[in-house]
Amino acid sequence: MFCGGYIISPPLPSTQGRGNYDVEGVINMQKIVSKNFSIKDCHLIKVALQNNAYRSLDKLFSMDPQKVIEEVKNSGLRGRGGAGFPTGKKWEFLPKENKKPVYLVINADESEPGTFKDRSIIEKDPHLIIEGAIIAAYAIGAHKAYVYFRGEYVRQMENLLSALNEARTEGFIGNNIKKSDFDLTFHIYRGAGAYICGEETALLNSVEGFKGYPRIKPPFPAVSGLFDSPTIVNNVETIANLPFIINNGADAFARIGTKISKGTKLISVCGHVAKPGVYEVIMGMPVAKFLAELTDGTIQERAIKAVVPGGTSVPVLTAAEALRSSISYESFEETQSMLGSGGMIVIDSNTCMVQVLADIAKFYHHESCGQCVPCREGTGWIKKICDRIEQGKGSEDDIDLLIDLAKNLKGKTICVFADALAAPVISFVIKFKDEFKKHVALGRCPFKN
Amino acid sequence: MAKIIINGKIIVVKNGITILEAAKEAGIEIPHFCYHPCLSISGNCRICAVEIKGRQEPVISCKEIVSDGMNISTDSELIQKHRQSVLEFILINHPLDCPVCDKAGECKLQNYYFDYSLKQSRFKEQKVNKPKMLKVGQHIIMDAERCIECSRCIRFCKEITKTNELSFEERSDRTRISIFPGNELNNQYSLCTVDLCPVGALTSIDFRFKKRVWFLKTDSSICNGCATGCNIYVDHHDNIIYRWRPRENNAVNKTWMCDYGSLFYKNLNPDKRILSPLLKSDNTFFKTNWDDAFSKINIILKSVDPKNIGLVLSAQATKEENEAFYKFFHEQIKSNNIFITGKKNDPNFKDDILRDSDMNPNTNSVIKLSDKKIDTSSDISVWFVLGELLQEEITAVKKSGSTIILITPFYDINNNYADIVLPQTTHLEQDGTFINKNGIEQSFNQIITPPHNSLSGVKIAEMIRGRFPT
Repeated sequence: MFCGGYIISPPLPSTQGRGNYDVEGVINMQKIVSKNFSIKDCHLIKVALQNNAYRSLDKLFSMDPQKVIEEVKNSGLRGRGGAGFPTGKKWEFLPKENKKPVYLVINADESEPGTFKDRSIIEKDPHLIIEGAIIAAYAIGAHKAYVYFRGEYVRQMENLLSALNEARTEGFIGNNIKKSDFDLTFHIYRGAGAYICGEETALLNSVEGFKGYPRIKPPFPAVSGLFDSPTIVNNVETIANLPFIINNGADAFARIGTKISKGTKLISVCGHVAKPGVYEVIMGMPVAKFLAELTDGTIQERAIKAVVPGGTSVPVLTAAEALRSSISYESFEETQSMLGSGGMIVIDSNTCMVQVLADIAKFYHHESCGQCVPCREGTGWIKKICDRIEQGKGSEDDIDLLIDLAKNLKGKTICVFADALAAPVISFVIKFKDEFKKHVALGRCPFKN
Repeated sequence: MAKIIINGKIIVVKNGITILEAAKEAGIEIPHFCYHPCLSISGNCRICAVEIKGRQEPVISCKEIVSDGMNISTDSELIQKHRQSVLEFILINHPLDCPVCDKAGECKLQNYYFDYSLKQSRFKEQKVNKPKMLKVGQHIIMDAERCIECSRCIRFCKEITKTNELSFEERSDRTRISIFPGNELNNQYSLCTVDLCPVGALTSIDFRFKKRVWFLKTDSSICNGCATGCNIYVDHHDNIIYRWRPRENNAVNKTWMCDYGSLFYKNLNPDKRILSPLLKSDNTFFKTNWDDAFSKINIILKSVDPKNIGLVLSAQATKEENEAFYKFFHEQIKSNNIFITGKKNDPNFKDDILRDSDMNPNTNSVIKLSDKKIDTSSDISVWFVLGELLQEEITAVKKSGSTIILITPFYDINNNYADIVLPQTTHLEQDGTFINKNGIEQSFNQIITPPHNSLSGVKIAEMIRGRFPT
C-alpha cells in the first residue's frame, strides 16, 4: 500500500538544481552508487565501459586481498541492507584457517515495505554490482558468487543476467579475470516471494533448497553459512559502493558523510511526497532539507504527520522528530529509530495511523515464517486487534494489550522479524495514542465518514 | 569442566553441554516442547528460555552451551513472564478441546499451563482453523489445530527414519503440519511420532478413545517382539494392557521402538491364549486342572527310559524358565537330550535402526544352555517343549508317534500335534530376564496377574520336579 502507485517509474534526481547542500563542511555533491543512473542504456556493457565500469579491477588485482579488506574497513562502509553492520568487520569474521570454499552471497531480496533502492541499481547500473561483487569475492577469497533475487524481481533478474552474459564475453567473469589468476562465477537464484528470505540465514536455506526458515545464530554465516561453508552475505547497495572505495581509496570514501556514517545512502522515498523515487544523498543530510529540496515537499503541501525513516521495520517518527533528524545512522538512533534500508515513507495529516499500523501488521502476519511461537501467533493476534480498533470495535484495554504483546515479541525469537513488527507497534501506539483512543471512543475510524 | 551458577546454586558441569542438560543434571526442570535429546535442535518453541546475567533477553537453554562463570536463572520474574507469554501465544489458536483429546492428562501443553501460567487468556479474536481428523497413516490420526508446530515429528522422520514424510505447509499462524501429497506416514516407526508429539496432534488409531490416561498404571518392561529387546513402558488398567511405549535406554533403543513392537502387546491378550491345561484323548482336547495334568505327566515320565525323554528350550521363554527346565533335566532326569527352538528368522524384518532379523527376545540366553537343533535321528518318545515348534520341527518330533508335552501361552487347538498343553504365562506376567542381540541382560518384573490357570515355566518345572520320583 505504501508505494504501490509510485514505483513504476521512479524519477531520478537530476544533477542540476538538487542535491547541492552543505553538511558540516564536507563535499557538497557526491554520487557513488547512482552516478550512472541518468546515463541512457548504462546497463549495456558498451555504455558502462565508457563510464568507467570495471576500472577498479586493475588496481584491485594489484592489491593483496587482506589489503582490500583493510581498505573497506577503513572506509567506514556499513551494510546498507538495514542492520548497518560494518562491512569490513563482517569480512574479517571469516575463519583464518579454512579448508572449505568461501561463498559470496549478494542479497537482492529487497522486500522491506517502502524500499526499492536496490531495484534501481540492478535496472540502471548492473555492471556496478558485478564489479563490486568481483571486489568483494577477491577480498574474501570466494570463487562463487550467488545473487538472490526476490520472487517478484523477474525483469531485474533478467537485466542482471544479460549484464552477466556481456561481462562474461568481455572477460570480467570466469577464469583468470582480466589476466589475473582470480576466478569467479555467478549463480543467480530467485526466491518464491517470501519476505523472510531477505534475512540472511533464511536466504541461505532458500538457496540450499529448503524452506526459508532463519537459522539459529551462532554459528554466523561467516563461520558456517551456505552449504556449511564460510559465507559473506552483502546487500546490493553495499556491493555497489565497493568500486568507488577501490578507485578512490578508503580516505576518499571516509571523507564523505558524517563522523560515524560514511559515504552516501540511497533513499527510496514514497508515500505522500510530491516526487517519490530513489535519491542518493550524502550521509548527514537533514530530513527537512531532503524532503523540501529533493521530493518537493508533500502532495498538495499537506502537513506531514509521521515519517517511517528506513522501511516499516523501524520505529515511526513523528513529524517533529523526523524534521529535526538527519539521514545518518547516529541521528535516527538519537530519535530511537533506525536508518534501516533507507525506505522512507512519508505520511501526511489526512492519514489514519491505526489503519497504517493495521496494514503494517497485515504484512508481518502474512510474512512471518511461522517457526517461533511468539512470532507465529503474535503477528496474527496483533493484526486482528489493529483491525478491530480500526473498525471501531476496540477497547482501551486493547491499546495496552498491543504494547504488551509487542514487548512479548521483542527479542524472543530466532531472527529479528518479530522485533520488526514490535518496533512499529510500540512506536505507533505510544506516539499516536490519541488516534487509537479516538477510534475506541467514537466506535469508528475518525478519518472515515 | 565449567563452573556455573543455576538459581544461585553453584554446580560444576562438563564443557560443551547445553544449559538445559546442565540444569537436568542439577535436578532443575526446564520446560520444553521442541527439544528432544535424540533429535536436532530446532529452537522454535522458545519456552525453554532462561535468563543469563548480563544478557538483556531470555536465551534458549536447549541451544546455549554453558561457559565458565555463567550465572543462570530459570525462574526469575523475566522468565516466568516469558513462559506465560509463550503459553498464551500457543494457546490462542489451540482448540482447547482437552475434554475430547486423547492426550489430555499427559499433554505437555496442558501440564505446563498448569505449572507455569494459569492465566486467563486475553485473546478475543477468531481462532485460525486447520484440518482435523486426517488419517495420515495406517496407525496415525492428525489434528493440525492441536499442533504447536514444534517439528519433533518432522525431525524424527527426517533424521531417524530418513523417510521424510512430514513437513510444514504455509507460513505464519497458518503454518500446519502436513504430509507430502501422495505420501502416507507408514514408516516402520510411525507410532514414535505419537510418543514424540507433546500435544494431541498425532494420536494412535490403536489407542484413541480406549482409555483416559489417568486411569492407566505405567510399569517398565522389555519388548519381546525381536532380539533387540527395546525398553518399554507398559500402560495397563484392570489387568488389561492398553499400549506399549518406548522407554529411554541409550544402550538399546534410545527413545524409539518400531510399530510392530508397539502393537505386539495385542498378541499377549488372553483372547489368544489357552487358559487351562489341556489333555488329548481320542484326538480331542479336554480342559483339565493342574493336578490331573501333573499326574498324567508323572505317569508318562515313569513309564519311559530317561534317555528317551527330550527337552526343547525356547528363545521365546525367559532365562529363568529355560534354566529351571534345564536344571530339572540335567540333575534329575539326567538326560542330555536338550534342544533349542524359537521363531524363524525374518531377514526382511531387519533394518538399520532397531529391528533385528531374529524374532526371539532371548536367543543369546538359551544358546548358553544348548546349541542343538531338533534332529530326526534320535529315538526320543517323550518331548517337553517350551514355546511352540516350527512346522518342520513338528514333523521331526511327531514321526515316531511320540508324546509331546507343550508348555506355551499360545496354542491353536486345531493344530493337533501336542498331547498335553500346559498354559504358560507371558513375560509380562512373571519376573524374568532376556539377553538381547548385543548380549545385554535385561530383567523385568511381573506387571499383570496371569489369566486363569497360567503358570510360569519356572513354576511348572518346579511342580513336575516335585512329583518326580527320586
